[in-house]
Amino acid sequence: MLRYTIRRLVQLVGVVLVLSLLLFAWLRLLPGGPVSALLGERATPESREALTKQLGLDQPIFIQYFKFLGRAATGDFGVSTGVQPGDSALDIFLQRFPATVELSFFAILIAIAVGVPLGYLSAKRRGSWFDNLSVVGSLIGVAVPVFFLAYVLKDVASSALGLPSSGRQDAIDATRVTGFFTLDGVITGEWDATFNALEHLILPAIALATIPFAVIFRITRAAVLDVLDEDFVRTAESKGLTAPVIRRRHVLRNAMLPVVTTIGLQTGALLSGAVLTEKVFSFAGVGEALAIGFERRDYPVLLLLIIMATIVYVVVNLLVDLSYALIDPRIRTR
Amino acid sequence: MALLEVRDLTVVFQRKGEEPFRAVDGVSFDVEPGQTVGLVGESGCGKSVTSLAIMGLLPKRGAKITGTVRYDGTDLLKLSDKEMRDRRGRDLGMVFQDPLSSLNPVVPIGLQVTEVLERHRGMPRKEAMIEAKDLLDKVGIPDPNRRLKEYPHQLSGGMRQRALIAIALACRPKLLIADEPTTALDVTIQAQILSLMKELVQDLGTALVMITHDLGVVAGLCDEVNVLYGGKVVEKAMRHKLFAEPRHPYTHGLLASIPRLDAAPGEKLTPIKGSVADNIPWSQGCAFAPRCPNALDVCVQVTPAEEDQLGRLLRCHNPVVPGTPAAEEVPV
Repeated sequence: MLRYTIRRLVQLVGVVLVLSLLLFAWLRLLPGGPVSALLGERATPESREALTKQLGLDQPIFIQYFKFLGRAATGDFGVSTGVQPGDSALDIFLQRFPATVELSFFAILIAIAVGVPLGYLSAKRRGSWFDNLSVVGSLIGVAVPVFFLAYVLKDVASSALGLPSSGRQDAIDATRVTGFFTLDGVITGEWDATFNALEHLILPAIALATIPFAVIFRITRAAVLDVLDEDFVRTAESKGLTAPVIRRRHVLRNAMLPVVTTIGLQTGALLSGAVLTEKVFSFAGVGEALAIGFERRDYPVLLLLIIMATIVYVVVNLLVDLSYALIDPRIRTR
Repeated sequence: MALLEVRDLTVVFQRKGEEPFRAVDGVSFDVEPGQTVGLVGESGCGKSVTSLAIMGLLPKRGAKITGTVRYDGTDLLKLSDKEMRDRRGRDLGMVFQDPLSSLNPVVPIGLQVTEVLERHRGMPRKEAMIEAKDLLDKVGIPDPNRRLKEYPHQLSGGMRQRALIAIALACRPKLLIADEPTTALDVTIQAQILSLMKELVQDLGTALVMITHDLGVVAGLCDEVNVLYGGKVVEKAMRHKLFAEPRHPYTHGLLASIPRLDAAPGEKLTPIKGSVADNIPWSQGCAFAPRCPNALDVCVQVTPAEEDQLGRLLRCHNPVVPGTPAAEEVPV
């Protein structure tokens, strides 16, 4: 198990190196660049040249890349030119990463909390109106574009429910400990700060949760349908066990394997949804920074954020693979 | 009074847009306390559906069950879902065909035994574990303490079936239903499992309904035998009577088709021609008529009624003449 984990992490280093090289080149292939973004179209050639030189963009690309690698090794990922000009890319990441983690965590929590029970009930009542309604509902969840739903929630639901429609927290005097606003309040005892952060979180989290919810629901339903037909469920029934025991121990525990895989994949995919959701709700997370970064061609910030997203994705899926062994003894005791 | 009294049990499967299918068609039989009764027939004759109907394990939707199943005087078919749940595993135990797929792959054997003790005998987990160890010991699983912690894939086929028997008998039910318990096992293991069941049933005084297509199993185990064809009992007799003198052409055919050790080299087996799919429903004559060597014109016109012939029930217009050679009783 340990060897397996180490091997996967070593593979990750290779992935990150190759990805950084490709990204480095791809970003520079985009039309425009930080100079045009910063100075506008009417800048004089002299000032453009001066800024190009200042940013080091006049040098050949492989030299830029090796300089970047050298600095990155010391923890210096460059200075933002567009998202928050003047701040270091690493600071921007550290500032915004907790926001996105918080948002994604609540989104995936909502998706699991609704998707798994609904999937189970749907399978149990296969073909009923409840099942049909849930299946159609999940299709709508997948089909409606995230940004559209986000705008609907922002413009309609927020006023109807009296929830805030932008930002992570109102400008209240909250103590910062971890950068996770909902957690900070719990640690410091400032419950109103936590509550305020949660109010800001709920709508974007729902918008972000729709697609993972729909996928988790469908996979759970299919997995439970498979397991319900298994002989061991009939054995459990023949033992006269109570319905909750059969559900938990015999059906769900066996149906969870594909569901856990899906949750891992969806957690990774959340980031692409976060770009849209965070932009709509002006939620100062990694997704919003990526959106602004692309508009303003902020190379250092884009590079760092995308690499970090990759690392998170790989680590989440590694954790998923490791959790298989916990769920399925056939993998553990092989 | 019989422990189990099955009367006119009929199971009709009805799916939307399809012809209803009569899987079991008016089956009646009794099981006395401690007695072993066989339900014999080939695939599709309704023997498994009969057992699932008795256990209340058929799907609620799509299966229409009529008749009565009296256990100790109570009609099981009239019980609520909850009442039936209380009885399953406690009063009636069941052993299934495929021991690997019948055990939960992600739950240790120990818990699969103790959960039934916790449920019906109200034992705390620790006490149940000790009882489970004794049970595994009793069904002949070596090193039971280790096995309790293991998972089904770590056990051999024979051991898995032993574990399932331990589970089914954990609460000392008065009735055990075994649905082809040896079909998925090696021949040598089959014999072991059968003698284990025979021994346990005798020790505990449990009545056994043995469902099988294997007359060898019946010969070694059963007191009384019901031969099923197309969802109906076609012949019912005590075991020695049935083997010595099969009267229904189907029973006769089944016995004649058993390969014999003393057959001359190169001698052909005697199969029953055709297959169950060839049959026509009982509503128009005898369902076995298309495959029957004794078929008369009347057989395809009039459905034969069940007749009592000196302690033997027979459903046939033209039974086999006593004395026609078939097979001998082969003890297991």
